[in-house]
Amino acid sequence: MVRLNVVLLLVLVLCSLGVVTSQHKARRIFQALEVEQEHARQLEVEHGQLQLELSTWGAAPRIEKIAREKLRMSTPESPRVITAAPAGGSSR
Amino acid sequence: MMRFKGKVAHKFAENPLLQMRLPTWRSRLLGLLIIGSFVVLIGRAFYLQVLNNDFLQEKGESRYRRDIEISASRGRIADRHGDVLAISTPMKSVWAVPQVARLTPEQVVQLASVLEMNPRQLAQKLDTEKTFVFLRRQIPPAVAERVAELKLPGIGQDKEYRRFYPTGEMTAHMVGFTGVDDRGLEGVELAFHGQLLGQPGSRSVIKDRRGQIVEDVGSIKQPQDGKEVRLALDSKIQYLAYSHLKQAISEHNAKAGGVVVIDARTGEIVALANWPTYNPNNRDSLSGAQLRNRALTDTFEPGSTLKPFTIALGMESGKVRSETIINCAPGRLTIGNATISDAHPHGALSVAQVIQKSSNVGAAKIAAMLPSQTMWQMFDDVGFGQAPRLGFPGEVTGRVRPWKTWKPIEQATMSYGHGISVSLIQLARAYSVFARDGDLVPLSLTRVDAPVTSGATVFSARTAREVRMMLEMAVQPGGTAPKAQIPGYRVAGKTGTAHKLEGGRYANKYVSSFVGFAPVSDPRLIIAVMIDEPSAGKHYGGAVAAPVFASVMGSSLRTLGIPPDAPLVVAETPKAPLPKARL
Repeated sequence: MVRLNVVLLLVLVLCSLGVVTSQHKARRIFQALEVEQEHARQLEVEHGQLQLELSTWGAAPRIEKIAREKLRMSTPESPRVITAAPAGGSSR
Repeated sequence: MMRFKGKVAHKFAENPLLQMRLPTWRSRLLGLLIIGSFVVLIGRAFYLQVLNNDFLQEKGESRYRRDIEISASRGRIADRHGDVLAISTPMKSVWAVPQVARLTPEQVVQLASVLEMNPRQLAQKLDTEKTFVFLRRQIPPAVAERVAELKLPGIGQDKEYRRFYPTGEMTAHMVGFTGVDDRGLEGVELAFHGQLLGQPGSRSVIKDRRGQIVEDVGSIKQPQDGKEVRLALDSKIQYLAYSHLKQAISEHNAKAGGVVVIDARTGEIVALANWPTYNPNNRDSLSGAQLRNRALTDTFEPGSTLKPFTIALGMESGKVRSETIINCAPGRLTIGNATISDAHPHGALSVAQVIQKSSNVGAAKIAAMLPSQTMWQMFDDVGFGQAPRLGFPGEVTGRVRPWKTWKPIEQATMSYGHGISVSLIQLARAYSVFARDGDLVPLSLTRVDAPVTSGATVFSARTAREVRMMLEMAVQPGGTAPKAQIPGYRVAGKTGTAHKLEGGRYANKYVSSFVGFAPVSDPRLIIAVMIDEPSAGKHYGGAVAAPVFASVMGSSLRTLGIPPDAPLVVAETPKAPLPKARL
């Protein structure tokens, strides 16, 4: 009887230790998940900001300004335009 | 009751008390009392554990459980190629509970410098009876972090979103803007508010002493981010329309103006620009004139741009054919006690020439052959007097009076676009009956992927084609708008020059307009241009609005890669300089 009790007590202690460790592990994993989710949100925000930046830098007025002033580009006058007709041959 | 016999020592077992016979009711009473109190205890336990369990559980949980909101961002607005027109990024707002925030003067100065505020102003904000004040809203997260590092009592932060419009004033009227609490106030932001709006989610969590989330309890309600709205707008064409309009307005010293570009095949609004405009990112000093989306909310008497409709109706009902001769001499026509006159007197003109030369007398004579009800029906069919139903805030119906009240002179003036008012977008849409084969296309703000095969039929395909030819003549030498020509493409269109009504009288102010489409062999784009009160000498639609049309149309067609349908050497009139195409 006494021996059985001791065995059961040991089993009980082991089980409770197991519960404690698994709870601890679960919390740590959960925290890691939280951190990663926060990171994901951050990245999403950054993505939005980069998109904003992209369309600010790529705005048509800016492109035209640089093309004209820095690169000295201009629209060709119509006598200098040659169009390749899709049917073949070219027309001026 | 105990009787002691002197100083006799007793052992416990011989205690005389034990020998005493006590009445049995005493022990019974005691036993009953003890049992009774246990019953009470059990009852109480039952009450707490079973009957009142939910309430207590909740109270207990509220000690360690926190409900946190998961914020959802507002959807993006993008143009047809996915370029961002409006986007939300998270910002922080800093608030204070003045009763708790007892700051030393040094702390106030410190906080003010981080927030880039005037220290005195900040002190004033904190010195109040209110229980809550916002110190600054919508500051960048980096600044908010520096505020948090100061660790001041009673100062807190909230997350909020701020809307950015990278294209700025160029698309201001189309996109609109939101208020500080993320509600759409104008434009697409208002029209598509329901779709753009996100649904914030929530979750309940257990937090530990350091404020870290330890565990999720209960179910998580996932936040629903707002959906993206893909407009039909092409930001490149929008830029072309906007910049050419702006240029023309300053060149002609005009008061206002608008350009609408519609895809003739799908009815998509590819560009819509107005002047004056505003910067939606900085709305400190806004006036009503800047805010108005003129192309949709303002009506004007369209003038001669309406003549093609009268003539199409005349041909449709078999009264005239394109070669029928109308006598327009001597350039005046008197109906009742009013006289209609032409800007330049003409003699006998064919119906096609009436359009080409834009003769008011000719149009009025054709209108006189038509019953007023038929004419009203046609105006109604092409969408005049009806709201375009885009869901845009403030879109107007324009004004077409019921035909029963028309007098003959009114019917005559309506034939050339006076006594009737339309918005620019209605006018552009109405021209789709000529750009297509006689059917009216429904407009769309958002992308339409398949061409609309057939709208509501107004004219027969034959009439539409014939009018298209006449409109092509109007932009050729001898017409009213040779400046609307584009090298390489066949263009058709009609000018309009209307006196402005001021206080019931026609003032010496004008609205110049031009509506046209190209390429004529297979029309792709319809462009309507309106310039309000040009006052630098020129005021005819052919001189003011047509060049804007030509430059926007020419560069848009090239941008879209539409193959030219005319030889590049066009019959250029020596007077008409080549349109300075940009980009």
